[in-house]
Amino acid sequence: MSKQEHKTDRKKESGKKEEETGTGSKSAEKGKKIKEDLDKLMDKIDDVLEENAEEFVKNYVQKGGE
Amino acid sequence: MRQRIFGLENEYGLIFSPNGKVYLPVEKVLGYIFEGLIPNSWPSNAFLVNGARFYQDTGCHPEYSTPECDNIFDLVTHDKAGERLVEGCLPLAEERLKEEGLNGEIFIFKNNTDSMGNTYGCHENYLMRRDVDFWKVTEQLIPFFVTRQIYAGAGKLLKLSGKTHYFLSQRAQHIHEKTSSSTTSSRSIINTRDEPHADAEKYRRLHIIVGDSNMSEFTTLMKIGVTAVVLSMIEEGYTVPNIELEDPVKAIREISRDTTLKRRVKLEDGRELTGIEIQRIYLERAYDYLASTEVDSITEDIVQKWENTLNKLEEDPMQLSRQIDWVMKKELMVSYMEKKDCGWDDPRILLMDLQYHDVKRSRGLYYVLEKMDMVEKVVEEEDIQLAMNEPPQTTRAKIRGDFIRFAREKNRSYTVDWTYLKLNGYWEETILCMDPFSSSDRRVEELIAAASGHRFSR
Repeated sequence: MSKQEHKTDRKKESGKKEEETGTGSKSAEKGKKIKEDLDKLMDKIDDVLEENAEEFVKNYVQKGGE
Repeated sequence: MRQRIFGLENEYGLIFSPNGKVYLPVEKVLGYIFEGLIPNSWPSNAFLVNGARFYQDTGCHPEYSTPECDNIFDLVTHDKAGERLVEGCLPLAEERLKEEGLNGEIFIFKNNTDSMGNTYGCHENYLMRRDVDFWKVTEQLIPFFVTRQIYAGAGKLLKLSGKTHYFLSQRAQHIHEKTSSSTTSSRSIINTRDEPHADAEKYRRLHIIVGDSNMSEFTTLMKIGVTAVVLSMIEEGYTVPNIELEDPVKAIREISRDTTLKRRVKLEDGRELTGIEIQRIYLERAYDYLASTEVDSITEDIVQKWENTLNKLEEDPMQLSRQIDWVMKKELMVSYMEKKDCGWDDPRILLMDLQYHDVKRSRGLYYVLEKMDMVEKVVEEEDIQLAMNEPPQTTRAKIRGDFIRFAREKNRSYTVDWTYLKLNGYWEETILCMDPFSSSDRRVEELIAAASGHRFSR
C-alpha cells in the first residue's frame, strides 16, 4: 500500500512542475515541442499502420462473443 | 470503506493476415495461441501461475480473466499482464503457422466490435453483499452505468445513414436491456449471473457487461475504481433519490453518440440531465458517504480523479488526451486527418479505430503514444511483467497461483477452479477455498509439504 501512495505523491509533484514551467516564453517553447512531437507521432503512425487499410478493415470479422 | 474483491474479463478479437489476405479459420490460430500460454496442459485446465484464467470463449475469442484482486492498482496491473501474456504468444503461433506454409501476422485486438457489427465483451465482476436488495442496487446503478461511458468509453467509429460518426463507446449500441441473464443475445447493462465464487450466503456477484475494453490504464482505474466506490455507497444505504431514467437503453445510445457531452437524457421524474450532471449527482452522494466512513488513500485519490475528470470533461474533453481512451483515440484520428487532409471515411482512419487496440506493442497505436510518453501511466511496466507470473499477494489467487506453480514444478497433474484445487493421483482430496479474501490456507500448505516430502505412487 505504501508503494502506491508513494507513486501518487510522485505523480502530483511532476504535475506541479509542469504547471510552473508553463508560463511566458516557455509556453511558446512548449507549444513548439508539442507540434514537433505530433509530427513525429504522425510519422510513427504511418510506420506501423497496416498497408492495405481498406482490405484489412473489411476482413476484420469476428464471431459474436459474450 | 470495506475491502472488495473484483476481477476483469477481456475477450480479445483475433485475426490472421497472410500477406494482406485473411482467411484462416480463427479456431486454428487460437489453438496455436493456447499452445504458447498453456504448454503440456489440458485445454480445460487454463488457470495460470499468476492465478488468472485463460480460455476460449463463445465465438472463438481468447479470453483472459484476471485473478481476484482486492486493490485497484493490482487489478490494472493484472489486466495489463493479460495483454502481455497474449502478446507473448504471437511469435510462437506465427512460427507454427509458418511451418504449415502460412506466412503472415496475427493481430489481437483488445476491443469489443468488428467491422460487421459483431461484439464481444469486457466483463467486470464485483463481489457484493448478499443482504442488500439486488433489484434496488441495480435500479440505483443503471443510470450510473448509462453515463459512465463519458470517461470509461473506448471510442468507436460507426456508419449511420451513410455517414461515419465517432461514438464514445464500443458497447453502447449493442445493449438492448436493462437487466438480463443472457450475455450473447439481448445484452444488458447489468447481467444477473450470480456466481460469487465465495460463500453464497454472504456474497453475490455483480456482473457488468456494458463496459468497453480499455487500453489506457487511467481509464481502467477510473472505470473499476469509481464503480467500486459507488457500489459501496449504495450497499451502505447512501442511495440516490429519483435518479431513474425514463428509457436507459435509449439514453445509453444517445449519450454515446454525442462527443460534446451536451446531450440531455430524460429521467422518470421529467428532468433532463447530461451524462456529466448525472455523474455529479453520484459524486456528491459519494462525498456524503465517504464523510461517514474511514477512507483509505487510494479511494480518496480515485474520488479526486473522478471529480477532476468530470470538471475537465465539462470544460473541454480534449484536455483528457493523455488519460481517457475515447479522447486519446479521437485526438489521434483528428491530428492524422489534419496532417493527411482526409476525413472520417478514410480507410486509414477506420484502420486506426482497430489498431489503437492492437496488443502488440511495436504496432498498436496506444503503445505508440505510450512510447512517446503521451499517456498517463498509473502502474509500472516492471510490475506488469512481474504479474505475468505472480499472483496478487493478498487474495485467494495467491493460494491458487502458488499451488499451480508447485504442481508444475513437480510435474504433477492437478485440477483447479476458482474455489477449489486438487492434486490428482494418490492423494485426491479436493480442497475448497471459499474465502477470496484469504491468501493462505493451512490444508493447501500441508498438501504441498506432504507432496514435497513424501513419495507418492502415481
